Amino acid sequence: MSEKEIDEVTGVATTGHEWDGIKELDNPMPRWWLYTFYATIIFGIGYLIYYPAVPLTENATPGLSGQTNRGDLKIELAKVKEGKAAIEEKIATLDFFDIRKDENLMRYSVAGGQSLYKVFCTQCHGTGAQGAPGFPNLNDDDWIWGGDIESIYTTIKHGVRNDEDDETRFSEMPNFGSGILGNADIEAVTHYVASLSNSDHEVKLAQNGQEIFIENCAACHGDDGLGGRDLGAPNLADSLWLYGGSLPEISSQIAQPKHGVMPAWGERLGEAKIKQLSLYIHGLGGGERDLED
Amino acid sequence: MSNNLKASNFLHGELEHLDVEPVNSKENRALYEARKKIHPKRVKGTFRKFKWLVMLITLGIYYLTPWLRWNRGEFAPDQAVLVDLANRRFYFFFIEVWPQEFFYIAGLLIMAGIGLFLVTSTVGRAWCGYTCPQTVWVDLYLVVERFFEGDRNQRIKLDDAPLSLSKIAKRGMKHTVWLFIGLATGGAWIFYFADAPTLFFEVITGQAHYVAYATLGILTATTYIFGGLMREQVCTYMCPWPRIQGAMLDEHSLIVTYNDWRGEGRSRHRKKMLSQGETVGDCVDCNACVAVCPMGIDIRDGEQLECITCALCIDACNNVMDKLGLERGLISYSTLNDYNQNMMLSGSAIIEKEGDKVWDKSKINPKNIRSQAGRLVDNIKHTRFSSFMRPRTFIYGFVYLAIGFSMLTILVLRDRLDVRAQNDRNPLFVKLSNGAIRNGYELKISNMKTEPRRFHVAIEDLGMASVKLAGETSNRGRSFFVNVNANEAKTFNFFITKHRDLIFDEKRDFTLVVSEVGGKEHAFEKAQFHAPKESVLEK
Repeated sequence: MSEKEIDEVTGVATTGHEWDGIKELDNPMPRWWLYTFYATIIFGIGYLIYYPAVPLTENATPGLSGQTNRGDLKIELAKVKEGKAAIEEKIATLDFFDIRKDENLMRYSVAGGQSLYKVFCTQCHGTGAQGAPGFPNLNDDDWIWGGDIESIYTTIKHGVRNDEDDETRFSEMPNFGSGILGNADIEAVTHYVASLSNSDHEVKLAQNGQEIFIENCAACHGDDGLGGRDLGAPNLADSLWLYGGSLPEISSQIAQPKHGVMPAWGERLGEAKIKQLSLYIHGLGGGERDLED
Repeated sequence: MSNNLKASNFLHGELEHLDVEPVNSKENRALYEARKKIHPKRVKGTFRKFKWLVMLITLGIYYLTPWLRWNRGEFAPDQAVLVDLANRRFYFFFIEVWPQEFFYIAGLLIMAGIGLFLVTSTVGRAWCGYTCPQTVWVDLYLVVERFFEGDRNQRIKLDDAPLSLSKIAKRGMKHTVWLFIGLATGGAWIFYFADAPTLFFEVITGQAHYVAYATLGILTATTYIFGGLMREQVCTYMCPWPRIQGAMLDEHSLIVTYNDWRGEGRSRHRKKMLSQGETVGDCVDCNACVAVCPMGIDIRDGEQLECITCALCIDACNNVMDKLGLERGLISYSTLNDYNQNMMLSGSAIIEKEGDKVWDKSKINPKNIRSQAGRLVDNIKHTRFSSFMRPRTFIYGFVYLAIGFSMLTILVLRDRLDVRAQNDRNPLFVKLSNGAIRNGYELKISNMKTEPRRFHVAIEDLGMASVKLAGETSNRGRSFFVNVNANEAKTFNFFITKHRDLIFDEKRDFTLVVSEVGGKEHAFEKAQFHAPKESVLEK
């Protein structure tokens, strides 16, 4: 096939390929198509030189630009951080009252507090801040260490029963089961405590327990069992229980009390983030005392 | 090539016969062939005048609209027509459309569709011929071309002339002005999307966003390429409209028609033939209709896909008829129905040709349609407006108006206040220390007015309950007030608390009533109050 075969009908040379008697015409590419094709080649060469392109064993050729997606992300994140810095500086220096007066700052704080909460707090307090036995519900109005914004701030900053923070919230209920009270006394006190919130109890046992309660428990929980926030003593007369409100649960907490621990976030998160978290928690519905007061 | 480009004009009486080939007519158009350039000749006449007017109006609307101002007060932009993509608002004079009201745009598109049916079924491809941007801009570009390079013959000569300083100058000026028009076109487009005076200043001082420049560049290029370089190819090869419109035409629609029944047989020597007692048709084969055609077709070949019904051939032919002292309308707007009846009258008959049924034009006898006195006979069908009066027209018209009126009604009566409420789901409810149950809600109030408003939010059908906004520390009865800025959708979180003794259902429906303070508008929104099973069972 040295001679080119010319198709009779069109006058165009064939490529010499034939399938079932059908021959392929050797028409040239459309000009615009060809030029576009050449343009892409030139573009490709330029791209190869300018951008990281050829994959090597550990990385790729860096290209003249030195651009990388990771580098771009770094720059973008730095920009965001820079933008946030001024706002967070403001949050860190202003007091809660002034933050709340500035509507935009307040929105920023609550939104930021929410995302901080999702990262640092949900592990114990749950995604909806509804808590779990042993882990307080942050939505309700029952606060062991106080529910006004300053108290919440202090609790978050210094934690609860935290060894590494000198200003941490600390309270410890004695282990009444190991020698202080006998089993019968513990049972009586249990029924008395249950009676404070009108839960199921035996009246007679409760009557017996009252005296024991006043002697052993009232120092912290108060004569009427309303607790005391200065001491971190829970209110025993309400309908919310950190470790459960059934008789065995109350009894177990008297005999061998559990003590929850919360990390001190002050150093880890810094002033601005602690404030944002405080504002978010305070706004969940259980916050106490108006900031204006 | 030179055959149809070279003009060798000769005079026949005072009539000019043009040597012009319809480059896009069926027999001249091969597949796989480079485009043959068309040099439309200038023409004067009724339709040309009308087209100038349409061009003036459409271009005027396009270029000037972004500069119109409309006072909406201090909280909204004062541009009459503005597509505010950044803030997701569309302003059209007194109308403001939010994204969730996009169905108005859908309605407008449906109306445009029905409108197209209506127009096409009555007056044919009028959109193509008069108002399509492609047609209007090609017309405009032709004006420029004619200004610098002269009319048809001069342009053909210039095309054939060797490169010279004057040719470069003419071409250069033409393309410069074309590009400038393209720039102005792209420029006008971007002004619809931002405050026009501000953006104009930004664009010329180089401060505008790169998207503005990119859009400007792309639209300049497309205008220049489509209007200056591609022209009729856009209509014939790229546009789906001709195909769609072709399917909507029927035998009652107006189409630009060469009336064979009085034109055939053609003769360039009409006077001579007539004096020799021969019978000839009205067409003197002067090719004026071909020379003016911007699509490069010969209308005498019948209805063709390429024809945009710009009616310039009608003007051209009418001018010739006037000179010959014959009735106007050898080429005219006519319906297929009328045309067929007149063909019948002329003595022609339908024959089969290559599988198609066509009129046998050799049988046309001019004596059948002209009286002895030389006037057209009375029973010739002339297309009248009454041909529009058919059910199809009325149905389209009715549907068009019905959609229009219902949209207008909805638009006038629509709320400018939108309220959405959603229960918090995590947690669904919170038990408080005194046993009361509290639910949280997210309330979204959209104030779609261009002024800030204050709203009263009240709870109904929930019995005794108290409410407070998030961040507040004490309850405040059963209602509260909130402020929402102009044109803003604002979200509020609030809590409802019910006493333990007043909870009778695990899930209770109630209504939120949001009413404008100092105004009439109000909105109702259903919501639920959830309570734990044990709270209910306690009773």
